[in-house]
Amino acid sequence: MNKGRLLAAFLGATTVALVVIGTVWPAPSAAAYAGGAGMMRSSSTPEAAVENLGDEIRTQAWEEAYASFANKAQFTEPEFVHDLTGYYPSLLTYTTLDKFEVRPLHSSANEADVELKLHWATVVGSSATTRDLRVVKNGDRWEPEWPIVKEVRVPPQVIPVNYLRWDVIYRGAGDDWGAQDVEAPHVRIVDMHPVERADGVVILGELLNEDVVPAWVSVSATLLGKNQSPTATEGSFDKISHLLLPKQVTPFLIKFPGASLSNVGSIRMTPVSALIAASADPVIEIENEQLHPAPGASLTGQLINQSGQIVNVAHVLGTFYDKTGHVVWVADQYIDQALLPETAVPFEIHIPEDLARDISSQRTVIATYSAGGSL
Amino acid sequence: MRARLAFVLSGLAIATMQLAFAQAGSMTLPKTIEAGNAFSIQSSGSGKATLYVVGLGQVLKRDVQLGETSFFPAGSLFNAGHYVVILAGDSSTESGAFDVLPASTPADLSFLARPSRLPVGLHNGITGAAYVFDAYHNLIVAPTSVSFELSSPSGIVQKRIVATHDGAAWTALDSTAQQGIDRFVAQVDHASSARVVEQVPGDPCGLKMSAEQTGRELQLKTDPVRDCNGNAVPDGTIVTFTEAYNGGQSTVDVPLKRGIAEVQMAGHIGATISVASGVVLGNQIRWEK
Repeated sequence: MNKGRLLAAFLGATTVALVVIGTVWPAPSAAAYAGGAGMMRSSSTPEAAVENLGDEIRTQAWEEAYASFANKAQFTEPEFVHDLTGYYPSLLTYTTLDKFEVRPLHSSANEADVELKLHWATVVGSSATTRDLRVVKNGDRWEPEWPIVKEVRVPPQVIPVNYLRWDVIYRGAGDDWGAQDVEAPHVRIVDMHPVERADGVVILGELLNEDVVPAWVSVSATLLGKNQSPTATEGSFDKISHLLLPKQVTPFLIKFPGASLSNVGSIRMTPVSALIAASADPVIEIENEQLHPAPGASLTGQLINQSGQIVNVAHVLGTFYDKTGHVVWVADQYIDQALLPETAVPFEIHIPEDLARDISSQRTVIATYSAGGSL
Repeated sequence: MRARLAFVLSGLAIATMQLAFAQAGSMTLPKTIEAGNAFSIQSSGSGKATLYVVGLGQVLKRDVQLGETSFFPAGSLFNAGHYVVILAGDSSTESGAFDVLPASTPADLSFLARPSRLPVGLHNGITGAAYVFDAYHNLIVAPTSVSFELSSPSGIVQKRIVATHDGAAWTALDSTAQQGIDRFVAQVDHASSARVVEQVPGDPCGLKMSAEQTGRELQLKTDPVRDCNGNAVPDGTIVTFTEAYNGGQSTVDVPLKRGIAEVQMAGHIGATISVASGVVLGNQIRWEK
């Protein structure tokens, strides 16, 4: 009995002692996450100055970050914030900085160049942006210079848009049995190709809207075993352009993690289509597309919004073909900034190194999402 | 000996009682009646009884005088099916059954036409199925002739007369070469039902574009896009222009507007420009200026 009381008293005293220690001398990371500045290092080196800036961006301490710049006379604090999160609603508007990497590029006694790579946690996954910062010595402190990218100004103008828009009236609940509904759009899989990869089976293909109305589309696939029994079903999720205008083609990619083609007897493909109200606007031009071979195989290019409407989020889907025209790979990238009218925005889609040598041509499609804003 | 006598007497009493019940409540029923028609049930015997007619979703109850005929007016029974009749008297119960058949005169039909939208020139692309009902919505299972008629705006009429089998008749018709809104009608006697079938243009045929230099840019423009039957491909259809040059490429998906697709692209000397719509390829232009 006495031993039990002694143990309880010891545990209680230890807990109180640890709480007091943690409060009086908190760990730097805990203080930082709690909103304090406990993780801030002394800016005695260029790397430390940029690391401090990274921490301030992560905790959205914009005022402190702005105050630390050597070139703050060149821009205002709101301009700095908008430079990071976008001047118009975009993928980065509702994001937080997950982590950052600092890499020194060049250093001398009074100035240095440091690369700051920011990894943002967005609703569609991680998005990385890289900024090269010049860091200058001011007394015994190093201060970074922010490479501000100022807002692109579109000149005031009127852009007439008279593209088609489709609206749909569906049958009502009170309609008689046998009364017609509007027909779902006719879509067709024009190519399908299963590929075995290190992490499982991937099904690649293309879907065509062969109708004269817009379609909301999706594709799912079911792997059937050697005995024709279903073993797994997966959908294309966001590896497809879900809105297809008449005669438009989208690539799709469906992943079966952990599956092996040697266990697959056949594959059942299920394209799904539904009528959807849609607009033929905006038109996006994909300019200067370049296929870069391995190492660092990628497809780069620029998107130009030819319409007057701001595109808040653009999704670039690349379809890669071999010499015989078969689909070899499908890859995508979300653009983390809004597409303003007539303003070029670059994109870069990475291609697996082992497939890059098989690729001889490509086709790119853009899916766009607009919040309905206008200039 | 006394026990044997009691047994014989009780058997006789039971036999007498059964004879008395039989005389009290027998019925004469029709074998079948047509839905909605008047009918009668004749009972025999004497005294009062209650007559029940029980069927699918419908029950009739009537107090009757045994030995008289009970008349049921038109419209009393209208759901086709098997009906059980029970005559319950004070001392006995009698039962029987009859069938109510659908009326022979069609009064309504349900018409399923598929699809509501299809490309022109499709053999057996339009199907229609009709189900024939009487005035009380009973499916008429006896063979009945149904007329299917598909008329297009060009004046072409396709007509089929098909007999129903187990209440249903169906047919398949071709879509015509001209786009437009067709009227698809199924008719039986005075009952008819109409559906709309939209015939839309097929894939673009002979897709052709031309290029013209406007400053530093190229103005690319298709001829009016038509299908292989000469129908204008509808506005909004996507036409893809691709310009390939020096290992680079530019692409624009442009919707048709007023029958043509038009776009401006940067002009690169030696570029090959191609045009396509869906799986249909158009001409190629090599820009040498």
